[in-house]
Amino acid sequence: MQEHILSILIFFPALAAMLGFVIHKDSARAYGITVAAIEFVLSLVLWQWYNPLGGMQFMEMAPLISAFGISYLVGVDGISLFIIILSTFFTLIGIASLTEKRRIKDLIITLLFLEMTMVGVFASLDAILFYVFWELSLVPMLYIIGAWGGPLRIYASIKFFLYTFTGSLVMLVGMLYMAYLYHMATGSWSFSLLEWYRLQLPLEYQLWLFAAFFLGFAIKVPMFPFHTWLPYAHGQAPTIGSVILAAVLLKMGTYAFVRFSLPLFPDASVAFMFPIAILAIIMIVYTAMVAYAQEDIKQVVAYSSVSHMGVIVLGTFSLNVEGISGSVFLMIAHGVVSGALFLLVGVIYDRRHTKMMSEFGGLASVMPRYATIFGIMMMASVGLPLTINFVGEFLSLLGFYKQSHAYTLVAGTAIIVGAIYMLSAYKKAFFGNVTKEENRTLKDVNGTELLGLVPLVIVAIWLGVYPKPVLEPINNSVKAVVQLMHDKAQTVEAKERIPDLTHSTQEAH
Amino acid sequence: MLGQLSISLASLNVTTMAPMLIAVVGALAILSIDLFKEGLHKSLYVMISLLFLLLDLGALIDFGNIFLHSGTVVGMFNMMLMDGLSILSQIIIVAVSMLFIPLALTSKRFHEYDYPEYFALFLFMIAGFQFMVATDNLILIFVGLETASLALYTLIALHNRSKSFEAAIKYFTMGALAAGFFAFGSMIFYALTGSVEIHEIAMHLVGSGYANIGFVLLAVLFLLAAIGFKISMVPFHTWTPDVYEGSSAALAGYMSIVPKIAGFIVAMRLFEFLVHTGVVWLQVVLYVIVVVTMTAANIWALVQTDVKRMLAYSSISHAGFVMAAILIGTTQSNSALFLYWALFSFTNLGAFSMLWVNRQKNLLPGQNTDHPYEKFSGMIRTMPMAAVVMGLFMLSLTGIPPFALFWGKLYIIGSAVSAHYLGLALIMALNSAISAYYYLKLIVFMFMKDPVKGYGQEILLNASLSLKTIIGIAAVGTIFAVVAINPLLNIITLFVYNSGY
Repeated sequence: MQEHILSILIFFPALAAMLGFVIHKDSARAYGITVAAIEFVLSLVLWQWYNPLGGMQFMEMAPLISAFGISYLVGVDGISLFIIILSTFFTLIGIASLTEKRRIKDLIITLLFLEMTMVGVFASLDAILFYVFWELSLVPMLYIIGAWGGPLRIYASIKFFLYTFTGSLVMLVGMLYMAYLYHMATGSWSFSLLEWYRLQLPLEYQLWLFAAFFLGFAIKVPMFPFHTWLPYAHGQAPTIGSVILAAVLLKMGTYAFVRFSLPLFPDASVAFMFPIAILAIIMIVYTAMVAYAQEDIKQVVAYSSVSHMGVIVLGTFSLNVEGISGSVFLMIAHGVVSGALFLLVGVIYDRRHTKMMSEFGGLASVMPRYATIFGIMMMASVGLPLTINFVGEFLSLLGFYKQSHAYTLVAGTAIIVGAIYMLSAYKKAFFGNVTKEENRTLKDVNGTELLGLVPLVIVAIWLGVYPKPVLEPINNSVKAVVQLMHDKAQTVEAKERIPDLTHSTQEAH
Repeated sequence: MLGQLSISLASLNVTTMAPMLIAVVGALAILSIDLFKEGLHKSLYVMISLLFLLLDLGALIDFGNIFLHSGTVVGMFNMMLMDGLSILSQIIIVAVSMLFIPLALTSKRFHEYDYPEYFALFLFMIAGFQFMVATDNLILIFVGLETASLALYTLIALHNRSKSFEAAIKYFTMGALAAGFFAFGSMIFYALTGSVEIHEIAMHLVGSGYANIGFVLLAVLFLLAAIGFKISMVPFHTWTPDVYEGSSAALAGYMSIVPKIAGFIVAMRLFEFLVHTGVVWLQVVLYVIVVVTMTAANIWALVQTDVKRMLAYSSISHAGFVMAAILIGTTQSNSALFLYWALFSFTNLGAFSMLWVNRQKNLLPGQNTDHPYEKFSGMIRTMPMAAVVMGLFMLSLTGIPPFALFWGKLYIIGSAVSAHYLGLALIMALNSAISAYYYLKLIVFMFMKDPVKGYGQEILLNASLSLKTIIGIAAVGTIFAVVAINPLLNIITLFVYNSGY
């Protein structure tokens, strides 16, 4: 079983989803929770078996279209391992705390299919296989937003789909060109990432290919100025849609930067480092400002989520071990925190059917448990030390500090100032007097909701205090990536910017 | 007399005509049965057609084996040409026809299927298409083309609605024009080179160093227009949506696949040497036509309110996509053409069959066309399975992996990239993105809107067992295409490569 664990992880939810068609609709939720729980346990088993010192593990390979070099190639390392666990975790939490009543069976089946695509994306080591899951993940999300969303749901879902689809098609052309270059160099076709890693490309090709891949990934992240689909998607999506979107789907973009862009095009990564850093900083500052201006509490969370994605991008493009490890860790942290915040917004929306902050006020006295959990998560979101986000943000900034002091200063200040909008939103909703009569009778969080929220709080604090079990495997795998980049780098600047790890450890000892 | 000319029967290689003759014999058999006993049920004719098509397919597979062992077979004074292209395309033609003909077994009664002539004409048409692809003689191509087209016009008109007559007449007049163009083009080539065989024309032109380039270009222009009509390239596409709308959905689906593959083969034989001559002008014209066909058809499809018309425009766009393969003209791209079209056949046949299943006898008040988007509204509630299957076909047409058409798109774009047509590759990719909008529109109607009153009882009216079977085959082919790609690709590449394309 150990050697097939990844295939089981990928296809178990899909199989379960197909069987789910025969489940009676009243039992659908129980079925969904069972399947998601089994899947989550399986992913924990994967972690248990994972050797934190090793490289790519649990690899499986089967030729799919050998005439064109496409194969079923999966594997995990420290970078993808925890994002896979994050996906299974959030699917479980999402289904467990589901309050949706309409067509629940369809929703559960869709979520299970979505889980397959999410695990598939992070486990794929073949570019086409990756692309298959990447694109396929759009379909369930399109359906979730479009069928269970708010009044503008159709517009939002189509916009979400077309935006991402367009970007990824350009990426597909890039992938095909990459395969063609590989074919030129070796005489055989291959879409295997591990094979591609060995390819050293001239800078000019790198720049173009980097741009093609970047478009696909940046729209997914979403980076400024490609972010316009996200507020609509979040605004219209049902709670479960927003949770999965923010917690996992956005991570596909940043994960792909680490998996594809950096090791494939190290010189281009250095060349584009500062332009991307500028975009990332604009993203942090601009979306924070927009978040401050929002009336709708869900939009505040949505924009703050985008803002933090900027820090992840910044960390990734610091191109050293601290920064990339930090950004990968922050992907997990951001998943936990923003997922939790969207769940929390969903809780209040279920009770009042509005998300306008002006409708609330003084909730702390009516719903003390809710206010506490919200408070903890908000603190985690702004990066309070000893919470999960702090570790990631600190390391990301530290990493970029080594490349540029000035940029890091701007970004760091922006993050601190960014706390303002969260705190002010919290103040408006929770403190002061209860202004609306209907708020006086609101019920505090119930058992079902606690089931979803408490594990998230525990994780957010546990990994904030003691991040080592997660950080160490990430760190080891990131080291391999950075070393690969350094070895492949050709330009003088790239050799300097990307540290040589063999060299530096010698110095240290 | 025969002795004096000293032609032995063996050298004629009459067997090269066997596949077409099987179809012709089948047609004659159907007509003779009708002669003896009238008023037999359509299922008899469907099954007889199927049997003859099966024989036809068997003969083709046999030729495939011969081709793999001993190469191209020629016969009938070099008129018949059984190379890889002709065998592959005939297999597609016959296989798709076999999937199409059971669609006649609807649970409602349709006028045209009461005539045995319908099935006879159908088989004649297949023979015509087979002749068209199995030769590089311009005259035989012309004969095949006209046989097939005349039969097709009649099949459309038999659908006995005023719109069908309109469609048939429209197609006929346009087709006549195209035939004229074809004759003109061939005539000029004959005048220039003294031959009507494409490879001899090519040899002669190369030998003379493209003297009289003006006339060559004129001839190419005529032939381009003629073929453009048949495969509905913009700006020769204007008949397509109207004709599709007028014919039954099943026949429209058929028209979007089979006549076009025949057209592509002729185009490939003709343009293959022309593209590689370095005549920049021709490449530019072809490039522009390909891009305009893809893009313009996509944009027109965006504004359609009827699913069938949308699919008509979408099939124009797909034709443009495939024409790009001919423009690229490498072995990889020519193989991609066959792969794409084989996969497209499955998906598109499925999509049109779904329309056919939902065909109403009478339009509702306020309904202008047979298949407005509203008809499919909220189908996930009323007919979940049908909605999922139709959604599947739409996703495949969009090019969402891992469904069938994605692999075709992947390979065709890949071949463009390998041949350094990066601009073209990007245009193809972006066109897929545009097309996503109108395919999604149907998905939005089916999955995200509430059912519209009145259409509920009209849905799935025609769903007899045989229709469901065909849709099932198409759906299975669409979902599990990925396992078939590798063997398919190997065989196709082998055939195309050994034919010298």
